[in-house]
Amino acid sequence: MSNNRKKHPRPGLVLEVDRTTPPTLFHHGESFRLEKLPTGRSRIIYPAEPLPGLRDPNGAIQHALENPLGDSAPLSALLSPGMKLTIAFDDISLPLPPMRKPDIRQRVIEAVLDTAAAAGVDDVHLIAALALHRRMTEAELRHAVGDRVYDAFSPSGAIYNHDAEDPEGMTSIGTTPHGEEVEINKRAAESDLIIYVNINLVSMDGGWKSTATGLSGYTALRHHHNPQTMVESKSFMDQENSELHKSNWRQGKVLKESGIKVFQIETTVNNNTFGYDGPLAMLQKREWEWTLKDRALFLGMQGGIKRMSPQARRKAFNSWESPYEITSVQAGEVEAVHKQTTENVYKQHLVKVEGQTDVLTMGLPYICPYNVNSVMNPILVACLGLGYFFNMYKGKPLVRKGGVVIMTHPTPWDFHPVHHPSYIDFFERVLSETTDAVEMSQKYEKAFAEDEWYRHLYRTSYAYHGVHPFYMWYWCSHALDHLSQVVIVGGQPDAVRRMGFRPASTIQDALEIASDTVGFSPSITHYHSPPILMADVT
Amino acid sequence: MIKESLQGKKIAITGSTGFLGTALVELLLREVVDVQLRLLIRPSGRRSPQKRLERDILRNDAFDSLRSTIGNERFEEIVTAQLKALPADISKPHLGLDTDGVKELAECDVIIHSAAAVSFDEPLDRAAEVNLMGPVRLIETLKETNATPHLVMVSTCYVAGNRKGKAPEKPLSQSPFYVPLNWREETEAARRTRAYTEDDSRRSENLEKFREEAKEELGAPGISVIAGKTEQIRERWVKEKMVQAGRERATSLGFPDAYAFTKAMAEQAVQEIKGNIPLSIIRPSIIESSWQSPKSGWIRGFRMAEPIILNFGRGTLKEFPGIPEGIIDIIPVDLVASAIVAAASQNPPDETKIFQVASGSCNPIRIGLLADYVHDYFGKFPILDDKNQPITPSKWEFPGRGRVVTQLTRAKRILKITERTLHKLPIRGTSAMVVADLEERRNELDKAMEYITLYGKYVECEAIYDVSNLLTLWNEISDSDKESFPFDPRIIEWKKYVYDIHLPTVISQGRVKTSPTPTNVNSRNSRLRKQVLDPKRQLAVFDLENTLIASNVVSSWGYLATKRLPPSERVRIIAKTLLEAPNMLAMDRRDRTDFLRNFYRKYEGAPVTQIDEDSIDMFNEFILNKSFPAAIRRVREHRSLGHRTLLITGALDFVVQPLKPLFDEILAPSLTTNGGNYSGKMNQVPPIGETRAAVLRDYADKHNIDLAESIAYADSTSDLPMLEAVGFPVAVNPETKLATLARRRGWLVENFQPVSGSPKKILPLGTSKES
Repeated sequence: MSNNRKKHPRPGLVLEVDRTTPPTLFHHGESFRLEKLPTGRSRIIYPAEPLPGLRDPNGAIQHALENPLGDSAPLSALLSPGMKLTIAFDDISLPLPPMRKPDIRQRVIEAVLDTAAAAGVDDVHLIAALALHRRMTEAELRHAVGDRVYDAFSPSGAIYNHDAEDPEGMTSIGTTPHGEEVEINKRAAESDLIIYVNINLVSMDGGWKSTATGLSGYTALRHHHNPQTMVESKSFMDQENSELHKSNWRQGKVLKESGIKVFQIETTVNNNTFGYDGPLAMLQKREWEWTLKDRALFLGMQGGIKRMSPQARRKAFNSWESPYEITSVQAGEVEAVHKQTTENVYKQHLVKVEGQTDVLTMGLPYICPYNVNSVMNPILVACLGLGYFFNMYKGKPLVRKGGVVIMTHPTPWDFHPVHHPSYIDFFERVLSETTDAVEMSQKYEKAFAEDEWYRHLYRTSYAYHGVHPFYMWYWCSHALDHLSQVVIVGGQPDAVRRMGFRPASTIQDALEIASDTVGFSPSITHYHSPPILMADVT
Repeated sequence: MIKESLQGKKIAITGSTGFLGTALVELLLREVVDVQLRLLIRPSGRRSPQKRLERDILRNDAFDSLRSTIGNERFEEIVTAQLKALPADISKPHLGLDTDGVKELAECDVIIHSAAAVSFDEPLDRAAEVNLMGPVRLIETLKETNATPHLVMVSTCYVAGNRKGKAPEKPLSQSPFYVPLNWREETEAARRTRAYTEDDSRRSENLEKFREEAKEELGAPGISVIAGKTEQIRERWVKEKMVQAGRERATSLGFPDAYAFTKAMAEQAVQEIKGNIPLSIIRPSIIESSWQSPKSGWIRGFRMAEPIILNFGRGTLKEFPGIPEGIIDIIPVDLVASAIVAAASQNPPDETKIFQVASGSCNPIRIGLLADYVHDYFGKFPILDDKNQPITPSKWEFPGRGRVVTQLTRAKRILKITERTLHKLPIRGTSAMVVADLEERRNELDKAMEYITLYGKYVECEAIYDVSNLLTLWNEISDSDKESFPFDPRIIEWKKYVYDIHLPTVISQGRVKTSPTPTNVNSRNSRLRKQVLDPKRQLAVFDLENTLIASNVVSSWGYLATKRLPPSERVRIIAKTLLEAPNMLAMDRRDRTDFLRNFYRKYEGAPVTQIDEDSIDMFNEFILNKSFPAAIRRVREHRSLGHRTLLITGALDFVVQPLKPLFDEILAPSLTTNGGNYSGKMNQVPPIGETRAAVLRDYADKHNIDLAESIAYADSTSDLPMLEAVGFPVAVNPETKLATLARRRGWLVENFQPVSGSPKKILPLGTSKES
């Protein structure tokens, strides 16, 4: 066992910056920065150390399947010969970075298939529940479900990507009392049982969002993926206060009432994003605890990164697979399962923080849910910072109303032409005209969503749906509504300005720019992530 | 006196569409009551003489003030009652007049012959036909009808040739500089030179040279385009030879150029054959913009001095030929027109009467002074460069023509070498446009040099043109005539003329930038783009390679051929293809169709299902990565505007199949199959070069589309036939040859690029799915 693996890991920490605080690590895309924050008025929030993983994950999975939560029979009792079974699983967007083999999905699906085989079920489909995300490639599917499962199901075409634009492939289920349409994958809807295999990386994931969103399409998604809902989700990471989740739960209720049976399997992983040992281990340590070796490795890595071509750098970072450990497995009825899962997620992520700050700083890493094996384009930079990181709170936002977010990321004007074709046009055509989410949703959303070319690329190539860049921008709605200014340190100026933000070359310049709204000695909080942390702000 | 004597008279005018002719028509209409004008006008292109009278003469701004003084209605009345266009062509027997026309001409009291080929680059035979044989035919026609109207012939002071000293107002035969010229012999010789040069141009080694030149300029756009270009080059070559012959012959006899030379012969010829037709000859010097009427600074077309002045203002020309104390003999057009009318109003003379209209002897302006005025003017009102900075004029030091020409020649040679070198580089898009700019600059220099050569000769004519006859006539006319027909050269105030009249005219006519504007290229491109994206357009046709994607048939094949091979095999295949590359490229340059026919044989034996399946992967992994998002957006923009969209490509159908939803239709060649395998032979001739244009025309016919209202996007000169077939061609990332052409023809140039961040593959290797 590694020295760094702790039986009793330390919880998250809020550090007041003083003279003795060493420079702080900021993720900076495919690179890093070490920054000195002003003493006396800055604090740094560190994530909790990785919780211990389950000693016997396969045993835990087996146990969960046979001891379901809520109003559900054990899995083996739900299976019978001749039934139609659909196993839906989370797509490439989870977990981040991708997990070292074997992936949890592989472990869970193998266990489920063994049970199904034992019960004599032979009509089984495996569907990547990717909603409007890009299709997974064969290699990615193999990574998620394992070669054994893939090779068994692929020849008969029983493992595939969900296609929300297949005119024959979607079934309308009904409408919620709020008028929200509910629609899911036809095969899933017609199955006697849907087993959903989830990875609950952050508290937004899972629950009814798995089926109601993952197996759904534009018709249903537009009811909660819109600026109105996103502004009112405070935050969308906090289910209790998230309009996004309320809408999903209403849709889930319609699913349940229509007789669709879902057996939900949710899993959680710990914060072991960068490994206890190895080349990136220092990234999940606190700077003053870096050993000589950590420091040498970091300097070496920085030097190496600098010398690499952008392509090589991207490839190197994309090849990182996290040695996550599974911390819990829950199975059974959706809501009961999800309640337990969320508690387990919070156990790893929640850090108590007192009071809000004037300026929130964050270092944005190279990856977000939508650029796995791809390019983090400027829209995704905005979404990661103002969508994901900003919303990583319970209670109150980390930054006060009218405050400023300063994030570091090179934000190059780069796009992946295969994965993000509609993003390119969105950036060139829509953002050049307006950055207002409501305005763009009224003026452009429908045209992008119903565009034949994007539809073609989503269905046959590996492209995100035409409407997806809009969702990314809506994800920022709450932050944009709350903040007075956003500064991106090190960002490519044209790309940053296109989004209505301010570029700065150093943290000092960024603070100078922020002084327009928060004065010359604002309080500063640094959100030190990844690994993931969620601020419980009181 | 003048007005009275011409009142109600019938006057025929040749050359009325020219600078001086238009001034004459305006002056006569304005000042002489009831004058009847018969204008001999050559039909030009599809325009009838009547149309030309309306458009080329009456719509000229020379008539603005007359129209506003008497009112539009009255003006139209006068025009209808007093003006008549006679279809004519002075290079044809009987001046090309029909019987009625000849009759009209014979009835005239006065004939003013001002038609001439004044252009400095007139071929020798053409100058002779117009300038010399024109008046000869006029006299012959008159003699056949026994008419003896007063013939007023416009000549030039420079018939005196390049000589020093005083040039009197006398027939050339009585002048001290007299060189007897056998005008019949010279005309025949000019015609023979033409015949010989035409023959010479058709010699096989010359034709080969022209074809090579055409290919160098255009690449491989197909036989008929090259043939058209070759013929164009041949004609240009013949013209250049004839221009050169004209210059050489003129110089050998002591004239500045073919114009002066043929005019001198014309004076002699007319003298010789005129019989009892009364003749007056008007010899103006260099005619420039008007002093007073129809308005100060009125000018029509560009004369000799303007390009030089503009090039000086723009800084291209830093020096000027000539000596500062030399005289430059300029005369405003209105003074010349008045002198002509005054001469015409006199009693028909028994002996030929000659008037020189020149400023050099009675009111000279020295070159040094003119240079100071010009320098001073551009100092105060500078022209702006493309960055909106004022250009500072340099001070002339008069180094002599030789050095000026050397300077220009050197600049031109450097540009030419740079251009040649750049043409050989495989550059595209923005960098290629730089080459196009270079060409533009070189052409400008070319022009300046021509003018310097020519103008220099005029400046070096140190003859002083006597104006005694002119001044005598001036003294004889009444005060009221003096007011209506001012032709005394002494009235010109040079400073005012240069500073307030001529230079502002040159600036405004030259359309140079004197106030800051957004950069030209951008505003031009956005204007052109607007035309292209007009809902009125009907069809947008696209080429594939380098227009929509940065890929080609070779890499597609490389991908498909290697996709299912183990890595070592892949490298071997690609290495082999790379070795063949130089040969393939050479073939591609010669004839793209042959190249494709040859290259596609590589697909022989490939299983159809496998290729079709792999093509989809290729599209996702390879083609999309190399696509130009802006180009794809443009296709969709056309569709949303209601335009039909069409892809015509030489790439194989299975390669472009995944692009189907982007276009209304795709026209691509397919391979024949042989029991589940491809044969390596195409089902049809691939739509390349001329075939592509033909395919497009067929398509347009079939769908009832007007190609004049259509748009074509392509990247290379091999697509010229297609680009030329439509009304709105767009050059996308053009290679240098196309960039140059596009710039010359004012086509929209788009620079579509692959998006930054797309994964780069150096070799077109297929990747198997497992990796």
